[in-house]
Amino acid sequence: MGRKERKTSVIEKKKEVTVSLENLGLKIYEQMDKGYFPSIEMPSRSTENIYYDPNFRQFILGDRKVRRTARNIRHIKPFTQLVWAAFFSHELTTQRKTSTLRDVYYSAQAYEMTFKDQQESNNIITDLETILGFSREDFNIFPEERSAVFGDLTIEYTVPGYEGKTLNLTSHPDGVLIGPALTSSEFIETTADKVIAIEKGGLFTRFIEESVHKKFNAILVLTAGQAPRATRHFIRRLNKELNLPVYIFTDGDPWGMHIAMVIISGSANAAHLRELTTPDAKWSGVWATDIVNYKLPTDPLDEVDVKRLYELQRDPRYKDPLWQREIKTFLKIKRKAEQEAFSRYGLTYIVDEYLPAKLKETK
Amino acid sequence: MAQVTFEEISASDFFYRNRDIAGFTNPSRAIFAAIRELVENSLDAAEGLKIPPDIYVRLSQEGEASKETHVYRLRVEDNGIGVPPRHIPSAFGQVLFGSKYKLKQQRGTFGLGGKMAILYGQITTHQPATIISSTGGMSKIYIYKLMIDIQRNRPIILDRKVVINKEHWQGTVVEFCLEGDYLRAMPKILEYFKQTAMVNPYANLTFVDPKGRLYRFSRVTRDMPDPPKETLPHPYGVDVELLQRLIQVTPYNNMLDFLKNHFHRVGEITARKFLEFANISPSKKPNKLSHQEIVRLMQMLKKFKEFLPPDAGCLSPLGEELLKAGIVKELNPDFVVVHQRKPSTYAGHPFIIEVGIAYGGEVPRKGSFVIYRFANRIPLLYDEASDVSVKVINSMNWRRYKVTPDMPIAIVVHVCSTKVPYKTVGKEFIADRPEVRREIANGLREVARQIRRFLTKREHVDRERKRLGVFSKYLPKIAQFSTRLAGMDKSPDVEKLLRSVKKFGTEGT
Ligand SMILES: Nc1ncnc2c1ncn2[C@@H]1O[C@H](COP(=O)(O)OP(=O)(O)OP(=O)(O)O)[C@@H](O)[C@H]1O
Ligand SMILES: [Mg+2]
Repeated sequence: MGRKERKTSVIEKKKEVTVSLENLGLKIYEQMDKGYFPSIEMPSRSTENIYYDPNFRQFILGDRKVRRTARNIRHIKPFTQLVWAAFFSHELTTQRKTSTLRDVYYSAQAYEMTFKDQQESNNIITDLETILGFSREDFNIFPEERSAVFGDLTIEYTVPGYEGKTLNLTSHPDGVLIGPALTSSEFIETTADKVIAIEKGGLFTRFIEESVHKKFNAILVLTAGQAPRATRHFIRRLNKELNLPVYIFTDGDPWGMHIAMVIISGSANAAHLRELTTPDAKWSGVWATDIVNYKLPTDPLDEVDVKRLYELQRDPRYKDPLWQREIKTFLKIKRKAEQEAFSRYGLTYIVDEYLPAKLKETK
Repeated sequence: MAQVTFEEISASDFFYRNRDIAGFTNPSRAIFAAIRELVENSLDAAEGLKIPPDIYVRLSQEGEASKETHVYRLRVEDNGIGVPPRHIPSAFGQVLFGSKYKLKQQRGTFGLGGKMAILYGQITTHQPATIISSTGGMSKIYIYKLMIDIQRNRPIILDRKVVINKEHWQGTVVEFCLEGDYLRAMPKILEYFKQTAMVNPYANLTFVDPKGRLYRFSRVTRDMPDPPKETLPHPYGVDVELLQRLIQVTPYNNMLDFLKNHFHRVGEITARKFLEFANISPSKKPNKLSHQEIVRLMQMLKKFKEFLPPDAGCLSPLGEELLKAGIVKELNPDFVVVHQRKPSTYAGHPFIIEVGIAYGGEVPRKGSFVIYRFANRIPLLYDEASDVSVKVINSMNWRRYKVTPDMPIAIVVHVCSTKVPYKTVGKEFIADRPEVRREIANGLREVARQIRRFLTKREHVDRERKRLGVFSKYLPKIAQFSTRLAGMDKSPDVEKLLRSVKKFGTEGT
């Protein structure tokens, strides 16, 4: 893909977002102008309307709709909050400012719009996502939690003041934050041929120190626990735009497993959104079978771990034989292990032995 | 072996030794009881003539008695019926002498109250009491200085003056000194005046306290309840003592006339039927009845089912209108509802229950209901927990009526009877008689239903106001944000929408 063309795609997306926000405003304005109580229809996000779609390989919303109307005393407050959120997002995107969910919560007060709590304002933003089919990052609302990336990838900024500037993501040894500026930048070029996503900061730093990016020709992504949506979207772009296979390394327990799964198949919370999943990404470890094969030091599974495993066993996203086998193994050995457990074989064992073996195994 | 001596004591000696039972327990209770007894005598005196009472009470400090107690001079003036001069010494100087032993509803019953106050003053200060009284019209004003001979229960007249009554003044003034603790008694005394004013809305009450502070409770009406008619004892209410007394004084010399003339609700036919039922000859001479026959007569009177229940003409309830006026006057509530029950009886004594509930206004919010208890228009301020009304109130399921203790709710219960079932001569609380309890409960349920209606309606109005508030808060905002978002200049008109919400206002959504 040519450089210029890509740039246009980012700008066009921005345009699309502002127009859809304006149309929402117009729709409400016209209803009121005609003397009606304004109303909006949107797909229901209740659990009965969330389905797993094997084609998309992620959760999607069904056909059920809900109608928010200002005529209803119980709806009018969230309705107003929604119109405000749309207005506020429009301000952000047109003025090219960014914000966080926390900011949104506080900004509301400047407009005498009160939210009961952070949760209430988060929900309204999710409503807006559902109605318009864009994710909040498209409205320039970014998560608080930040993960990082390191590797030979050159990007070009699109944020104000940095337009046209480029950066190579090996330029800082701690990695580069996956923030608004990075997620809105264009990918220019890379020599990498794979992406390795890592759950924990300690291991991410170790991989950089051990030059994993060079030895394995990889872009390293730190998910910092459950990957934020911007990071999931970023991983998806690496996969789709640059055609790079993605390998995920997490702790060997149900929670680590699920971190990988959300990157691959998404979460029910984001069933109203697309483009956050990377269905071809691979969970490369630490598997339950690795615990056995590598004789890793372990901890016993506790009650919540076991409960979680049974939940996952029934989850449609986990129906593949590999996942089912690992869940069963966890339940059988009743042990779990952290990524750091490989240190029992020396600090570089994980890079020298385990990593190449698993990359090969999950290719 | 110790020597046992026997002696007789007089009535005044008895009450002097047992002043606790009349409410003169300690210096603070004593000062409260003294004021109360005199004010009640004054109210009775004015009401007997259906004159709206004007009562002036002054308590002034005379000197220090001990660290906590002081000597006070108490003066109570009224515009009542007055006391005929020949009765003044006994009415104020002889315990168990009075004009209220009749069967009609009055505050006074025992012939004791005023004297206990004077007696208490005398034993604590050794000073005489002054009584000034005139029965109005042409009669003169009589001024007596009295003390009580406790051992003989007789008044000692120290001085007597007669003054021309140029202004035709009618009324009574009682003045004497007593020891007490006003500071500790003050809250109860002020509460007493307030509640007396509530249940006597036709009275003017003025109180000047030892600090010179003036408390005035003005009447809001000159309407007064009809004075009670005197009545004969009802056959269900008599005891052997009463029968014996009647037999001694009766001018009738056969049982038929005796029954017809001395008992309430007993006519010719009923008397004959009863005598047949009791197997007593109509011509039998009452004074020939043996003691056993008298006991049997009493038992048969109680057993006979055909006496009509006592007539309530001897009662003088306040009436719904006056009770309401009194509550409004003292509590200024947002809502008040009162109810008067039909007359009922217990043990041959007629009684009427009046109840009221007040919400909001000056009713304090204290985490529990404010309970006002009255008996024959007297506030009852002590021993609340033992009172039958409180027991009934506590056993009711108020949630059913949407009433919770955190609300500003006052409950008023007024018991009127020729014989209020007091537990003590101190007239502090009403005993738990099943008939009385049932009537109180029925009355309270009635007013509770009405307060529920009020609360429901108010809730509805509140909800409606809130609902409109929500629309008028948010619709303009929706208009504002959508206008800016759509890039329009002029905001859509929300007034029409707001009006439509109002129109269908009560439907809810
Ligand atoms: N202010 C007054 N005006 C007119 N008569 C009075 C007044 N005070 C007292 N009396 C007369 O004196 C009598 C005795 O009063 P006292 O208070 O001792 O007893 P009581 O009121 O009859 O009964 P109780 O013991 O219940 O108060 C009364 O019955 C009444 O006839
Ligand atoms: Mg009296």
